[in-house]
Amino acid sequence: MGGATAGTASQRGSAAPARPPRPGLMAGRAFSFWLVNYRRNWFGSAISSFLAPVLFLASMGFGLGALVDAGPGGPAMGVAYVAFVAPGVLAATAMQTGVGESTFPVMAAVKWQRQYHAMLATPLTVVDVLLGHMAFIAVRILATAAVFLAVATLLGAVLSPWALLALPAALLCGLAHAAPVFAFSATQERDTGFMLLFRLVVTPLFLFSGTFFPARDLPPVLEQLAYATPLWHGVDLCRQLSLGTPEAGPAALHVAYLLLWFLGGLLVARRTLTRRLQR
Amino acid sequence: MTSPAPAGTLAGQVPAGPLIEARGLVKRFGGFTAVDGIDVSVAAGEAFGFLGPNGAGKSSTMRMVGCVSPPSAGTLRILGLDPVHDGSAIRARLGVVPQRDTLDEELTVRENVVVYARYFGLSRAQSRAKADELLEFAQLTERADDRVEPLSGGMKRRLTIARALVNDPDILLLDEPTTGLDPQARHVLWDRLFRLKRQGVTLVLTTHYMDEAEQLCDRLVVMDGGRIAAEGSPRELIRQYSTREVLELRLADGVAGSEPARVAELLARDARRTEVLPDRVLVYTDDADAAAAEAEQRGFAVVSALTRRSTLEDVFLHLTGRTLVD
Repeated sequence: MGGATAGTASQRGSAAPARPPRPGLMAGRAFSFWLVNYRRNWFGSAISSFLAPVLFLASMGFGLGALVDAGPGGPAMGVAYVAFVAPGVLAATAMQTGVGESTFPVMAAVKWQRQYHAMLATPLTVVDVLLGHMAFIAVRILATAAVFLAVATLLGAVLSPWALLALPAALLCGLAHAAPVFAFSATQERDTGFMLLFRLVVTPLFLFSGTFFPARDLPPVLEQLAYATPLWHGVDLCRQLSLGTPEAGPAALHVAYLLLWFLGGLLVARRTLTRRLQR
Repeated sequence: MTSPAPAGTLAGQVPAGPLIEARGLVKRFGGFTAVDGIDVSVAAGEAFGFLGPNGAGKSSTMRMVGCVSPPSAGTLRILGLDPVHDGSAIRARLGVVPQRDTLDEELTVRENVVVYARYFGLSRAQSRAKADELLEFAQLTERADDRVEPLSGGMKRRLTIARALVNDPDILLLDEPTTGLDPQARHVLWDRLFRLKRQGVTLVLTTHYMDEAEQLCDRLVVMDGGRIAAEGSPRELIRQYSTREVLELRLADGVAGSEPARVAELLARDARRTEVLPDRVLVYTDDADAAAAEAEQRGFAVVSALTRRSTLEDVFLHLTGRTLVD
């Protein structure tokens, strides 16, 4: 027993790690925690994050799609409705995963399980903590989007090999929502704000950002509003790729706009998280 | 002739001066001043304590030393470095036991240590080896693969301490390490802290338990209202702020309202200080037995007379008052 930590003193100095790397470069250490953490609940979360969009695709794409495609004028978009709606649901799913992963888990790490506090007692900085968690959120978005895209492809809802690029597009779309929501979550004392966020922001976005029907079918004011949302840009980008009709100009604009939300969100999140954790 | 002390403060080198040095250190939260200009200096190998009632500013001080809370004013150097600019480098050499455990209750005991070791940049293999060694030290080997959540408070606390040692820290910061633990758990924990102290680890702890401070601290400061009210070794503080012995007189129920005060006044002639409490009269003197004899001789309605040595608790109550803080 006595010898268990005899090395603690004798090794002091020689065993001390070298000066830690620059802030942000230790994000991998925070990321590895989230992976360990995910091992204990991956099954339930993987099932639910995959099942919901597939059910949506089945009911909207095939159920509603049968009506739409049989309606006057035939397939409204020039393609089967299921091919129209699949990339929409892909982008919306990426958003939902991104938002879901940056609300309750962030609050838990601040208040309930307090993992962020544990991290900040080590060489990790707030930037490492933020980027490490964001990297894990990216993995979750990517995994969910990949599974959905594979299923949609099997169901014949994907029309072009360009759709492979819809995967990074969906990732960017998810991150463009995750970062600002992360910034918001870091300011919250209770989880009641999340209910409002889901009801007043996420659900309307989901329904009216061109996911299930073109935004141009909305009344003019709402249409302009839809174009301002990052989700509409994510949906349109994924749709162009999935239908095989990408246009360089608009696509570049979508990417730039989504990047703006992501990077802007990260900057604000760094601020709110620092305020919360290092008062 | 030994080689000169290293002048640099790179990792692994301990500066020649104090490990922690604060001058006029202030922490404000909005309009509230939690720490109000304190001077503190902690030398290598020392066990240093912050003693004080709730709200005295102990935890705020610890958070500043732990480099997670930037000082509002004053200077603070830790291991010769500036916590605002070199916080990450300083934290790499600190072990932190926070007031509230930050254990991941869903993970196992071992996973908690391994994950934490990874934050310090230890490899997977190093982390596992370190976890085995530290869980042995913390007497948790048998629970290594159990989840943390159902463990007792004492076990969780020992795990937090084990975790704080993964980087072989130069300084171990302990914020109320034994608050809420039962006596057995406290003594086991003290034993572990003694071992660390013997190994040369510098301990900095806060507590509001006098026995803990007397047991563990070479030197301590008593904080009150964000300021330092007194500083010294437990023995020095008792000598300076109290007497060698204390007589506690309990008077019979029903003695007249002015009687205790009269007793105190009469006994005060030979005592350094007396204090009248609702149920007792305390006489601070160098010879409590003599005072007790005198009380008996004068025929006071004494129910019980307890003579005892002065403790840090007497110092503490003298300096910070008997009023409830929260």
